[in-house]
Amino acid sequence: MCFCYLVGIEIDGEVDSAEAAGKQGKAAASEDGEDEDEDEDRPRGRRAANRKKAAQKQVEEDSDDEIPQRRSAGNRRRGKPGANGGENGESNKRNKRGGKKQKQGKGKGKDDDKSNRKKNSSEDSKSEGGEEEEESMSEGERARLMEEVEEKKKLIANIRNKPWRMKRRLKHLKEAQLFVDKFEGALGKGKGRKLYAYKVMMMKKWIKFQRDFENFKTACIPWERKIKEVESHFGSSVASYFIFLRWMYGMNLVLFSLTFGLVVIPEVLMGLPYGSIPRKTVPREEQDTAMDYSVLTDFNGYCKYSVLFYGYYNNQRTIGFLKFRLPLSYLMVGIGTFGYSLMVVIRTMAKNADVGGGDGEDSEFTFAWKMFTSWDYLIGNAETADNKYASITTSFKESIVDEQENQKDENIHLRRFLRVLANFLITCTLGGSGYLIYFVVKRSQEFANRDDLGWYEKNELEIIMSLLGLVGPMLFETIAELEEYHPRIALKWQLGRIFALFLGNLYTFLLALFDEVNAKLEEEKDIKNASIWFMKEYFANFTANNPNETGTPPPIEPADVIRGPCWETTVGIEFVKLTISDIQVTYLTILIGDFLRALIVRFLNYCWCWDLEAGWPSYGEFDISGNVLGLVFNQGMIWMGSFYAPGLVGINVLRLLTSMYYQCWAVMACNVPHERVFKASKSNNFYMGLLLLILFLSLLPVVYTIMSLPPSFDCGPFSGKERMFDVIIETIELDLPSFLGTLFSYAANPGLIIPAILLMVLAIYYLNSVSEAYKNANNELKKKMQMARDEEKNRRNNKDSTNQVMKDLEDLLPNRSNLPPPEEKKGQKPKVKPGAAGNAVNLQKDVSLASVNPNARGPVTQAPGPRAPGPGNSRGRGQGPPPRH
Amino acid sequence: MGSKHTTFRDDQLDEYQDCTFFTSKEILRLHGRFRDLAPNIVPMDYTNNPDITLPSSVITAMPELKENPFRHSIVEAFSEDGKGNLSFNDFVDMFSVLSEMAPLDLKIIYAFKIYDFNRDGFLCEKDVEETVHRLTGEELRPEERRLVSQRVMEEADLDGDWKLSLIDFENMISKAPDFIR
Repeated sequence: MCFCYLVGIEIDGEVDSAEAAGKQGKAAASEDGEDEDEDEDRPRGRRAANRKKAAQKQVEEDSDDEIPQRRSAGNRRRGKPGANGGENGESNKRNKRGGKKQKQGKGKGKDDDKSNRKKNSSEDSKSEGGEEEEESMSEGERARLMEEVEEKKKLIANIRNKPWRMKRRLKHLKEAQLFVDKFEGALGKGKGRKLYAYKVMMMKKWIKFQRDFENFKTACIPWERKIKEVESHFGSSVASYFIFLRWMYGMNLVLFSLTFGLVVIPEVLMGLPYGSIPRKTVPREEQDTAMDYSVLTDFNGYCKYSVLFYGYYNNQRTIGFLKFRLPLSYLMVGIGTFGYSLMVVIRTMAKNADVGGGDGEDSEFTFAWKMFTSWDYLIGNAETADNKYASITTSFKESIVDEQENQKDENIHLRRFLRVLANFLITCTLGGSGYLIYFVVKRSQEFANRDDLGWYEKNELEIIMSLLGLVGPMLFETIAELEEYHPRIALKWQLGRIFALFLGNLYTFLLALFDEVNAKLEEEKDIKNASIWFMKEYFANFTANNPNETGTPPPIEPADVIRGPCWETTVGIEFVKLTISDIQVTYLTILIGDFLRALIVRFLNYCWCWDLEAGWPSYGEFDISGNVLGLVFNQGMIWMGSFYAPGLVGINVLRLLTSMYYQCWAVMACNVPHERVFKASKSNNFYMGLLLLILFLSLLPVVYTIMSLPPSFDCGPFSGKERMFDVIIETIELDLPSFLGTLFSYAANPGLIIPAILLMVLAIYYLNSVSEAYKNANNELKKKMQMARDEEKNRRNNKDSTNQVMKDLEDLLPNRSNLPPPEEKKGQKPKVKPGAAGNAVNLQKDVSLASVNPNARGPVTQAPGPRAPGPGNSRGRGQGPPPRH
Repeated sequence: MGSKHTTFRDDQLDEYQDCTFFTSKEILRLHGRFRDLAPNIVPMDYTNNPDITLPSSVITAMPELKENPFRHSIVEAFSEDGKGNLSFNDFVDMFSVLSEMAPLDLKIIYAFKIYDFNRDGFLCEKDVEETVHRLTGEELRPEERRLVSQRVMEEADLDGDWKLSLIDFENMISKAPDFIR
């Protein structure tokens, strides 16, 4: 009947833990107290009471385990002191049997039953074996048994979430399993029995499989130990970068398999081979240099006419014997890349937001949080730990200073002026960098028409962009020192500015690129005419030269055909080059800025006039914000570029893979832990937010090109079409049944789309207002809590205002001062004496009141509600007569 | 096969997996770690659940705990006898709760135990001051420490008894942005 020890599952954590706290505090709860607890419970239905009791029981056991010196006190309780988990479980089972019997007898009221049960649990011997009863089960019993079995199963599933000792968990688990094994088979009687047994067996198999799969899945997560190692050396903030990197790797792997599986490999396997048509051939004039190393590293020559780039793909509707619709698949993959990324990013963000402990902004707990959550439990390195200690100390000192406030800003005008100046300088830098990039892109377009170019001129754009990305943040950091912000605020500003810089650069680059594309589009029109004219000429010549030949003329050598500039490939090449140079710069920076610096500092230190390690160059710190932003922007370029260069995703996967190993090595080998070790916590969602922004921004240009720019006439899967998305329309018209086509045309009707959009807007509005309402309710509750808290405080401060009942109650209490004060018994290092109110000048009045007068605590702690007796209460009650009821 | 089955039986592994947040491989690795701490005491064979405990001095020397200012109270919170001696069960338990997969509620309960230095079921002002002391060493002056702990009390003590019960603690910490995610 009573599922005593199952019950913890259903009790939500708070009740359970509240009891835990309460019970641990009261060392010697007497029988009276227990009885009273039950009295209180009685009106609330048996089951609930049982639960509560069970929880208490568990808790008491816990305290038994932990507080051995109090065992003697525990003797007086109902559970025998030696009765640990096992016996408890045993007796519970017996109880259940007893309860059953009583029910059969129907002779006893509920209360009697309950008290009996209590006796049972402590006194019944184990001799009673009740297994034979199960044969004669009635329907109701079976249902009950079923319920029990279900609950046991639930226990098995949730046992790991209980704050129990492992021994106890194991014991309960074993018992629960035994129980389930024993009774599960007995449940489905009659016809259904076999089926039921079969179902149970399959269930077990399924669970086993799930577990194995789970094991397999965790075994598949790569770099777990590597990241853990970094984590223990550098704290969770640095590790969060690597976790982010791994997450990116996973996402890119999916993108890679999409692109390669649906676009690149089909084209390679089933498409026309190299050299068969003009777009797949290196033009005649380039052929001599097409295999040169310098040309290849520029992604010209054979690289340009390879499967890596847009231009290589043919516009044949279907390829191969599978009739694979390549152009359609190309477009779908391009869109799918964005769709998938968007989905994954948003899902991860939602998950993170879900986990995050709520609104961290309200500052009611500044000190408490600092105290209990500032230590990073993952630190396992002495140096990091030292830094952490230092940073915690500083943060405490800072808040103390803040708290004392009155830190008078003697020169606020100077500071304001400096801040304005700093922002002005930074705006100038941003503008300058934007202009520089625009200028360079323009220049590179001029260069494109010339041949006498050095290595620098060819790679000017990439070099400038990388240099800007390198110098800009440093410049910002220097300028930011003018502002004297708090480090955390400064970090945010820094991140924002770097983001603005990168974004500005990227978009200037894009704008310049669009200029180029437009120029190419103009150029293309002429070339198109020229090539048509050339074709006609060729046929005319052919017929003129061989007048008696009537068949079709042999096709022109594909290398000789006049072709357009193919702007898509150009864009793709730009992105690939940018990515590659970004990789190079990043790796070189690590090699020089970190590794070489570390080498010099380490080995030149023996023969140098000052201490290099402690002094100026020192070792590098791992730049989390810079690295994360770099990663985010790199991903943005991948998203934008992968439509024009399907191979880019492959390059990126390689990059992330190598960068994982390389950066792990670099950080372990040549970086030192941050001086300001801060925890990553929620900033992960900050990264995700940046990623989402970048994703959106990189979505725009691609969608623009897909929707409104005409594709090149002679290269790429969409050649010959007005717009890229015509592929879809074509597919609808030709491949799908006609009624679907009409359906689509209806669906695309503005008359339908506008109401749909309207509906969505309404839905958004509705959800928004609902969430607003929730927020209001939340705030209301918070206010209520605050009020209750203030009230308690007031009550504590001025006794006279408390109600008379509480005062009477206090008078009733016998001399409580002879009880051993629990706090002072085992305090490990009492550094400061309690109640030494004199030595702290700014002690507040209520503080001294509370600590000097211990009597003031107990009786007024809680309102005399019907449940959850406070620690002081129950102890007091134990000795005097019960004051209530 | 070999080593895997000489350490634990399959059903033991299953049970451990049911009771903790670890996979079987991780449990075996934990056993390896446990054994490395004291190879001559801890047997390879755990099939018959030998009752062996390691003293807290050995456990706290682990790199995972070595630098932790609360290592002693962590170990004590998880040890069955309350003195810091851990059996393998306690050891697994400890890492299970400290692992990433453990839910917040569970962590809060154990965190509370860890910060409760004198084991009276409350975080009284002394506990809090002790925490501050461990976090900051001798850097803060006694009055500063005292001030900090008073502020903590003011902030987090909801029922005004000038000590933090688990409810207060839970309420405070579940709102914290930094509490292990």
